[in-house]
Amino acid sequence: MQRLILGRKNHIMAVGAVLIAAGFVSALVFKNEIAAGWTLAAASVIGAAPIAIQAYQALKVKVVSIDLLVTIAVAGALLIKNFEESAIVTFLFLFGAFLEQRTLNKTRSAIKELTEMAPESALKQMPNGEFEEVDVEEVDVGDILLVKTGAKIPVDGTVLSGEGSVDEASITGESLPVLKEKGSKVFAGTILDNGTIQIVADRIGEDTTFSKIIELVEEAQDSKSKAERFIDRFARYYTPAVLLIGVIVFMFSRDLELAVTILVLGCPGALVIGVPVSNVAGIGNGARNGVLLKGSEVIRDFSRVDTVVFDKTGTLTAGSPSVVEKLYYGGDTKKALSLLASVERESGHPLAKAVLEEIGDAEFLTVENTEVVKGAGITASVDGHRVAVGNPALMEREKIKISGQAKADIARLEKEGNSLVIAAVDGEIRVLMAVRDTIRPGVKESLSRLKKLGVKNLVMLSGDNQGTVDAVSRELGLTEARGNMLPQDKSAYIRKMIEEKGKTVAFVGDGVNDSPSLALAHIGIAMGGGTDVAIESSDVVLMNSDFSRLPHALGLAKATARNMKQNIIIAVGVVLFLLAGVIFSEWMNMSIGMLVHEISILAVILNGMRLLRFKLRKQALRQSQ
Amino acid sequence: MKKATIQVNTLTCPSCALKIEGAVKALDGVEKESVRVLFNSSKVKLDYDEGKLAVEDIEKAIAALGYEVKKSQVK
Repeated sequence: MQRLILGRKNHIMAVGAVLIAAGFVSALVFKNEIAAGWTLAAASVIGAAPIAIQAYQALKVKVVSIDLLVTIAVAGALLIKNFEESAIVTFLFLFGAFLEQRTLNKTRSAIKELTEMAPESALKQMPNGEFEEVDVEEVDVGDILLVKTGAKIPVDGTVLSGEGSVDEASITGESLPVLKEKGSKVFAGTILDNGTIQIVADRIGEDTTFSKIIELVEEAQDSKSKAERFIDRFARYYTPAVLLIGVIVFMFSRDLELAVTILVLGCPGALVIGVPVSNVAGIGNGARNGVLLKGSEVIRDFSRVDTVVFDKTGTLTAGSPSVVEKLYYGGDTKKALSLLASVERESGHPLAKAVLEEIGDAEFLTVENTEVVKGAGITASVDGHRVAVGNPALMEREKIKISGQAKADIARLEKEGNSLVIAAVDGEIRVLMAVRDTIRPGVKESLSRLKKLGVKNLVMLSGDNQGTVDAVSRELGLTEARGNMLPQDKSAYIRKMIEEKGKTVAFVGDGVNDSPSLALAHIGIAMGGGTDVAIESSDVVLMNSDFSRLPHALGLAKATARNMKQNIIIAVGVVLFLLAGVIFSEWMNMSIGMLVHEISILAVILNGMRLLRFKLRKQALRQSQ
Repeated sequence: MKKATIQVNTLTCPSCALKIEGAVKALDGVEKESVRVLFNSSKVKLDYDEGKLAVEDIEKAIAALGYEVKKSQVK
């Protein structure tokens, strides 16, 4: 019986609406007050049934719920024969709950889309060698599975044979196809766009990266900040307190109408739902865009970050030096390059690698009498020529003639932060190459967006030498850059920033060997590419190591934090408004109170939903204007 | 001691979560500290003593409140 009534809540609501309409028609059109009274009373009783049942169920487990307040209020209104109010209040309460459910489902839709990407079946190789479709839960580690074009990869595994491109959007938020061939790792929940592959299952069920992400996101949505826990506790005592106040008011004033009005006005409504709604929508948006934000506490701290620390040059640069400029100073250029390449081929130095890559095909000659000058370069005899390859210090040592033009070039390129490779043949400078670690595409733009979002300090702590670090720093306009840093130096630096300078620090690392810093910083951001360590040890995860997600993540955190504040303001404002109404005005009654409550609940949900559509572009532009 | 994750029908009000939490905590054999109701994903997570009750008993207690249990996992 109970379940029948609860299951038909929507029908009951509709019947209530019809009865209320009939009641008003008979009162206003036919002037039949008695018939109107009966119809409205019927609407109240029918509508109150599911509410009363919910109130009773809650009471059984010692929870004084909103339903109880409404049930008592309706009963009170019936007692004083105010059928109009009782009918409208029950209807509004049911209708509000109905709309809440609809809109709440929307705010949760982003995560739902994600969970729906979970694979359900797999083609598993049976003992007879045939592949058969089985439920994904029947796959064990070590099983061999066949994945066809368009199918979801059922578990984390390694490709045994075949080739294909995979859409890894469910893991990385990036839908560029990734080529997979023998030996490649594939992830559950990603989709094979074309090709056919056989894989061996490495991790199944809850151990797959996909399941871990889902679990993390689900936990994050329901993780509660201190403020929320406070509101929860508050709500638990608030509702009984309202009931008590209602009773006290009745005992002193003997005014039942006033007492039941207070019960309705006191419903906590928007206050309880406002913050979780912002949270779920914000985290949902992130999950869809390859950004995991681990809960509302993280969102709050992240939104206040004023200092972002990068853990190494490699986060910002491509990681392999290359030649950015080359100059020739007369003579046979082809011959000079061939001599240079021959000497560099003898060396294992990273600069030599960059130079060789730049020269490409060249005639390699026999190199004799090689002498390595530490920290300067190499001298050798090649094809009857005396060749010196190295930096300006080597040229000085070798007493090479350097023209005014070359001197100016050297000074300029050094100032720009390049490492120089100079080739001199028989005492004359012939080739000058400037080598530099190049900045990753898009990094500059991302950093300037971070600044627009209010980050004041951009700091790089790197294990590289100070010269390289300075060059990168200059090019990107970082606030501070320190080279030769060991992991413990990095964490000491972060501690100093937090404790002495009072900064709110986010640390961007790869989550592998910098866990002390990740833990120390207010916000640890892992550019993980989906590795377990990164996912678990940090507060924010950029799923595909894509630097451009960082501004989106920060912008989203700020928008979500703002959204929560707005919702709290709406909720508290409504309660204050209603309280003022009941004390100072004549027109305040149960129906208006209930209406305002339901509107405020919808307002906070709709406000939260805006976060689902959050994109940085607009945001950054608006703030820079 | 076993860990159960119970998926229920969409929860729409925070007080629903409170109700379920109260009902599950009241069961004998359920580790009270472990009970967590995830409001947004509509899941109940808890540890329980399989000697004292079965996961079906927990499902029944939730169903008695009017919430449909969709599926549950025990490990």
